[in-house]
Amino acid sequence: MQNQVTFLSCLFNSLSIRLSNGLSTLAAWLLGLFWIFPLIYALWAAFHTPEYAAHFALDAPLTLENFRTAWVQAPFMRYMLNTVVITLLILVFQLVLCTLAGYALARINFRGRGVVFALILIQLMVVPEILIVENYQTLASLHSIDTYIGVGLPYLASAFGIFLLRQTFKTIPQALEDAAKIEGCSILQIIWNVYVPLAKPTYLAFSLVSISYHWNNFLWPLVVTNTEQSRPLTVGMAIFGAPESGVDWSVISAGTLISVAPLLIVFLLFQRQFIQSFMTAGVK
Amino acid sequence: MFNRGKKRMLAVVLSTALSGAAQAKTDLTMYYPVAVGGSLTHVVDSIIADFEKQNPDIDVKAIYAGNYNDARVKALAALQSGQPAQLSVMFSIDVHELMDLDAIIPFDEVATSDEDKTWLNSFYPALMKNGQVKGKTWGIPFQRSTIVMYYNKDMFRAAGLDADHAPKNWDELVDMGKKLTKKDASGQVTQWGAMIPSTGYPYWMFGALTKQNSQVLMNQAGTETYFDKPAVIEALSFWKSLGSEHKIMPEGTIQWGTLRQNFLEQKTAIMWHSTGNLTAVKKSANFDFGVAMLPANKELGSPTGGGNFYLFKKSTPEERQAALKLVKFMTAPEQAAKWSIETGYMGVSPAAYNTDALQRYVKTFPPAAIARDQLEYATAELATHQAGRVRKLLDDAIQATLTNQKSAEDALKHAQQQAERVLKRFE
Amino acid sequence: MKLNMPRHQQIYAWLLLFPALALLAAFTHIPMIKTLWRSFTSSGMQNNTGFTLDNYRYLLEDDVFWQVLSNSLWYAAVTVPVSMILALAMALWVNGKIRGRSALRLAYFTPTILPMITVANIWLFFYTPEIGLFNNILGWFGHSGYNWLGDPDLSLFSLMLMTIWKEAGFFMIFYLAALQGISRDFYQAAAIEGSSRWTTLRRITLPLLMPTTLFVLINAFLNAFKLVDHLFILTKGGPNNATNLLLYYIYENAFSFFDAAYASVLTVVLLSILVVLAVFQFGVIERRVHYR
Repeated sequence: MQNQVTFLSCLFNSLSIRLSNGLSTLAAWLLGLFWIFPLIYALWAAFHTPEYAAHFALDAPLTLENFRTAWVQAPFMRYMLNTVVITLLILVFQLVLCTLAGYALARINFRGRGVVFALILIQLMVVPEILIVENYQTLASLHSIDTYIGVGLPYLASAFGIFLLRQTFKTIPQALEDAAKIEGCSILQIIWNVYVPLAKPTYLAFSLVSISYHWNNFLWPLVVTNTEQSRPLTVGMAIFGAPESGVDWSVISAGTLISVAPLLIVFLLFQRQFIQSFMTAGVK
Repeated sequence: MFNRGKKRMLAVVLSTALSGAAQAKTDLTMYYPVAVGGSLTHVVDSIIADFEKQNPDIDVKAIYAGNYNDARVKALAALQSGQPAQLSVMFSIDVHELMDLDAIIPFDEVATSDEDKTWLNSFYPALMKNGQVKGKTWGIPFQRSTIVMYYNKDMFRAAGLDADHAPKNWDELVDMGKKLTKKDASGQVTQWGAMIPSTGYPYWMFGALTKQNSQVLMNQAGTETYFDKPAVIEALSFWKSLGSEHKIMPEGTIQWGTLRQNFLEQKTAIMWHSTGNLTAVKKSANFDFGVAMLPANKELGSPTGGGNFYLFKKSTPEERQAALKLVKFMTAPEQAAKWSIETGYMGVSPAAYNTDALQRYVKTFPPAAIARDQLEYATAELATHQAGRVRKLLDDAIQATLTNQKSAEDALKHAQQQAERVLKRFE
Repeated sequence: MKLNMPRHQQIYAWLLLFPALALLAAFTHIPMIKTLWRSFTSSGMQNNTGFTLDNYRYLLEDDVFWQVLSNSLWYAAVTVPVSMILALAMALWVNGKIRGRSALRLAYFTPTILPMITVANIWLFFYTPEIGLFNNILGWFGHSGYNWLGDPDLSLFSLMLMTIWKEAGFFMIFYLAALQGISRDFYQAAAIEGSSRWTTLRRITLPLLMPTTLFVLINAFLNAFKLVDHLFILTKGGPNNATNLLLYYIYENAFSFFDAAYASVLTVVLLSILVVLAVFQFGVIERRVHYR
């Protein structure tokens, strides 16, 4: 009797699970399709003549003309270089500065620590582009308009990074630090040899956030860059595809693909390693 | 934001010192708006290259700084932070604000010889309207356009209309529009009669409708607006009625940026758009299209649009002369003709249309002359002090009406009230 | 050990903090104070006009501001929870044994690599009436379609949809990582007790994901107030301000209308909202930390 009930309920359970699994798989795929669709459309429009930008026909002739047009219309290599330099510049500074500050807040007992931490946390929400008017004037008075450092300067210290690292450092056993001290390590050595290796997952998570933020950042670079000297991809693409002049989806799609291709290829190549390492690291 | 007196002084001293040292060479920095991808920059670059060849003692650096708005912000910021900028192409309607900021000088101060004065008078008067304030010329037309009516001749023929007779007045626009609007079996519209864009630059399109109704939107000094005049309200009601009453235009707003695609995809038989689109439409239309002047109500009319040359105040006498030379070169008939043919913008002077190149072009492609012919009926584009804010007030009123949030009268009266408040300071 | 001496500790702490603090002060704290100052002492393009409340008076009478404020709050109120829930669902899917898992992962992740400003033009195509994709699809079902961006009742929703698309895939990564970190033992125990999938999710997964949820929440709220890039391409805040958001309105005032004074007042409003959110979250986070 008991067995029978269990058996039946198991059967019922597995049936309903299978059904709900099917539905849930379907939903997952529909959502996935919707999510990747802009990219698929970009591929379609970029490789076909403009007549087919808004029509979909299987026999539409393929062309590379749009890529050629886009390529001569905007200096994509320069924009790309600018974006890479700016993003890396910011990331490197952030990692160093946030590590130092995070350690101080996590492990040193000094007067005013609470106040300092609270002051830092303000920037968690009040990011530099919110204060765009004042920050622009600061940059102008430093003569840093239209330079890499001008685009990066307001972001070099990140409250988010400091906060994350402080939390992580706090979970690292004090005993490890004490042991290192006995061996005669200086503070910087302790940070480098003890804390940094143990906080790798946090560094990885923060780097992802930072890179994605600055790779996509638009408003601040729009305001502080003037020329190709420092203009990143986002601003370049905004000028390139400005709707003021009438939208040409084929060429814009080609431009978009050119500009995301490097990142996309890197992601496709390293997808497995990337997600795996991110996961085994485990972000909390 | 702009009173950094000491820094400005320092910059002037520095730049005079520098130009003294360089002596032989005069360096010019020109800010230029490119709303359009890269193709325009190539044309400008090639004209500048020609100029430098003729004037080896002048070096020109062109900075392409995004759309009109960006170019203005960036040029002014450069001046403010002590970087050089001697001239710029900016929105023709920025003139009052640039004067308020004390950033520009009138051309009359620099163009003093008799020859220069003749040059000042060589442009189409309609194109000078936005550049002349208080009896002086502050802006020289270069990248200029008007609104014209593009229409699909194939559709006209299919609807039994004369393909060479575009609507000449508002009534004809409505009548023909009705014949041109097609529905499928389920009652869905598959082809619209007409489209007038209402994002991007709604106030500009509206300027055409009000001019056709014999009413301008502001005074020449840019201190008063006339948004609540009966003729203005009537014009906006007419615009709205095209969608809500006559059903020849979609309701809600129509995107400026995608309208050309709508026309090329044959979703609308008529569109109002900038002449700046002419070359692009010509290149991609796979049907027979025509270009005509906008229809009249009480009179014909369209506002002019686009960018003028301005000279910045913060420059040495030598730089000013060099800048004037450059402006004169770029607006000379041959260059203006070349510019017009390659971009679709207008040739700025009658002499430009008399050049062989442009005459030949007009002969092979008659639509290119429509914008010029329409100039006779053109008026200035909406330009006031606090131009950005006032423009937005009108834009909002137009969009509120077209999207059924307010009646034309309420929306415009509100806009007028607000505009009066903004402009009170400048009376 | 010298390091343990309080005085040295003090000095070390400040030395370590100095670079970060200096930069934060220069680009966050001082500008905040200057913004507040400017909002009371300037007018239009003029600075130092003496103490004035004009800007605030104008704020109260400015219909556009009230609409922009309500738009911004709605925008945050909708995009934050929806993109977080979707992110979680996506993470659960690609964490389980679903067919084509890595393809799905890639699909969900693509928005993160496509900058908002470039992809906005593609969304413009989706939304465009007559020739756009969405209306064409609706057309197959005999529906006449919508004016997605031109109808004031719909346009803010259209922008939200794009934002959710942009955000959810990014947040998914963090949930995914956290899910992988949850020990199998919990689930085995739940399976033995015979609890349903829903109960397992509610009782085990969600509580264990709390730290990640907070992490994501901060990012989501911040982005909701900071992400205005697509406005530049899609609507420019129109029609009639139906999609205008606070940061975009600040940009317009400062860089199109040259009214730094009014932009400062608007910034003060935005700052107040953010500081309230920050304080709230700080409280929650601290509690979490103790809990840990």
